[in-house]
Amino acid sequence: MESVEHEDTKANAPSVIDRYYTRWYRADMKGKPCEDHCILQHSNRICVITLAETHPILQNGRTIKCINYQISNGCSRLKNKVSGKSKRGGQFLTDFAPLCRITCTDETEYTIYSCIRGRLLEVNENILETPNLLLEKPSTEGYIAVILPKFEESKSITENLLNRDEFENIISKRSSAQSQPS
Amino acid sequence: MLPLKEKDKPIIQKLLSAGCCARCILRFCCVSVQAAYRNYKEKKIVNTYLLIWGMYALYKSKDAAESETSEDPPNKRAKLETSITDAQSEEGAAAVVKLKDGDSRVCVVCLGILQELCGTTQAVKAVKAGNYEFDTLVLSVSLPAQLCVREHSCWLHVKKEVREKGLVLNKDDVIQVKEAFKWIMQGMVAKELGGTAVVTKVSPFEVSVEFTHSETDADCHFLAATCPDCFKPTKNKQSVFTRMAVVKALEKIPDGKFLKHYPCPPKQPTSSCSPQEVQCLRVSVFVAGRYNKFCRSLPQTPWVIDGERRMESSVEELIAAPILSAFRADGFNFSSSGREDVDVRTLGNGRPFAMELLNPHKSRFSKEQMKQLQETINQSSDKIKVRDLQIVTREAMSRMKEGEEEKTKSYTALVWTQKPIQREDISFIDDIKDLTLDQKTPLRVLHRRALAVRQRAIHSMSTRFLDSHHFYLRLKTQAGTYIKEFVHGDFGRTNPNLCQLLKTNTDILELDVESVDVDWPPPVPE
Repeated sequence: MESVEHEDTKANAPSVIDRYYTRWYRADMKGKPCEDHCILQHSNRICVITLAETHPILQNGRTIKCINYQISNGCSRLKNKVSGKSKRGGQFLTDFAPLCRITCTDETEYTIYSCIRGRLLEVNENILETPNLLLEKPSTEGYIAVILPKFEESKSITENLLNRDEFENIISKRSSAQSQPS
Repeated sequence: MLPLKEKDKPIIQKLLSAGCCARCILRFCCVSVQAAYRNYKEKKIVNTYLLIWGMYALYKSKDAAESETSEDPPNKRAKLETSITDAQSEEGAAAVVKLKDGDSRVCVVCLGILQELCGTTQAVKAVKAGNYEFDTLVLSVSLPAQLCVREHSCWLHVKKEVREKGLVLNKDDVIQVKEAFKWIMQGMVAKELGGTAVVTKVSPFEVSVEFTHSETDADCHFLAATCPDCFKPTKNKQSVFTRMAVVKALEKIPDGKFLKHYPCPPKQPTSSCSPQEVQCLRVSVFVAGRYNKFCRSLPQTPWVIDGERRMESSVEELIAAPILSAFRADGFNFSSSGREDVDVRTLGNGRPFAMELLNPHKSRFSKEQMKQLQETINQSSDKIKVRDLQIVTREAMSRMKEGEEEKTKSYTALVWTQKPIQREDISFIDDIKDLTLDQKTPLRVLHRRALAVRQRAIHSMSTRFLDSHHFYLRLKTQAGTYIKEFVHGDFGRTNPNLCQLLKTNTDILELDVESVDVDWPPPVPE
């Protein structure tokens, strides 16, 4: 009885994300199977980069060993600093710019990518302290980064992205492909 | 009788033959009797000079081919001739004046500004047309810089003459064109607009008249070569020959040098100087009050994206419309002590606001009339309500803004919880005092605000249980606290947040502002 009620109210109450954000997806990022990213685009054009529910990190009970924002010798996303209303100083990212590298306890390594062009505003430092946030709440507190696209490009950035329906299509194709005998 | 003396005669003769108008002659004779300038027929003034010194005969044209046109009937002329009292002056006869009745030569000094008086007529017309309510007015006149050059030239022209007679004429003693213009304006205003209107030095009502004369703009140019350090190059396309710069150059340039580069007396212009459109501006009036907002789909300012209105009306438009029309103002600037979102109501005493009314044509309102205006606003819409409507000073605006930064606010939020709750689960919240939050700039405003972490305090909270997934949360917070983000956490960017406190996902369904704790504007008793 209680769980039914619980389900009802969960269904009735549109979440903050439902109310203000549009979900976009990038599947099989850089050709790597199932490394799906979810981009939450706010109505004010700001984008939050998160892991899609299908990402390997979130499967099979993996736990995280470490998260590294140092993506190269000269570049750490942690050093990103923006100032002022126009967010000067933020590192400019292209679609395939790496945001961070995540190593799991089973030694699997994954790179999370920007997925869109824009200025990096911030990366989530909370997941450095509490990696579990990424596993438990990948769509909210476990976000990876916040990016501000250029004003002129705010509509065009979604041209290369999949909407929710298209993404679900791809997912269902994957599971049917899996269920077919090879 | 004109306040002119025998000693003025040589100046008058020289200036008349140079092509000066009657009023400019009065100026150079340092006549400071305002009424002398208000005599509206220039011809009449000239006639009187010539009358005094028997120069009336000089009304004959030098050029015999030109026919004399006379506006005065012959018998009137005869009357004037017979009233000549002084002896005929021979010098006067020598000074051949090409002046004829109805002659419309443009004055070489004032370029016609003090002649036809269309400037003053236009100004008075504009004031009347605007239907302004005023007691006093201040007249601001902008004259083309070349007037200074021409004045200087005429002064040099008579300086020699004056010195020969052993007299002194300081350039500073000459009445300024601007002053004479204002004296004339005073007379006209008093006559046309009723006795109470007075032209003063300072007034909330300003009438601006600007004169330009492109034909003679080049008169100033020689100064750039002779006194180059007076003229700084300008960044924008505006002329470098500003009045100030020209005056400075004229002070420096030695007489000999001036005379080498500029004709003395000045050349006669072919056209009269025309006034641009007269600007009337009444200083802004400030109206303040407190507003309530009862609607959850009303933005504070008009919501327009790409030229398309996204939401009907706004708080400021609903409040401003009746006020704008009552004060007959051209526009307004609305500001308030903080703002609320589109979907948030403002209850209780309401939020302080102040409006600057631009160029109000009507500005005198009694307390009764303000009450009436308040009533009109309240009747016009059920979405908003105003109280304590009153006229305030400009300084009052800063008092309101300080409220935005410093004063506390109270809210009620309707909270949804993911996990089911019972009364006991939320009672601990009532005991939390002075909780300090670290709030990163919420994502929903991050596109137009700098990224920063702000520390804000929630002074106290109280809860009212509704059902297993809902309760009302009352908060009293520091100014600038983002309530919505405290409730749902904003991706964990506000810490601590209600999700963490209750150990479940929470969201905010409704928010009301209960009070804005600013004790301004002063309450208006009912």
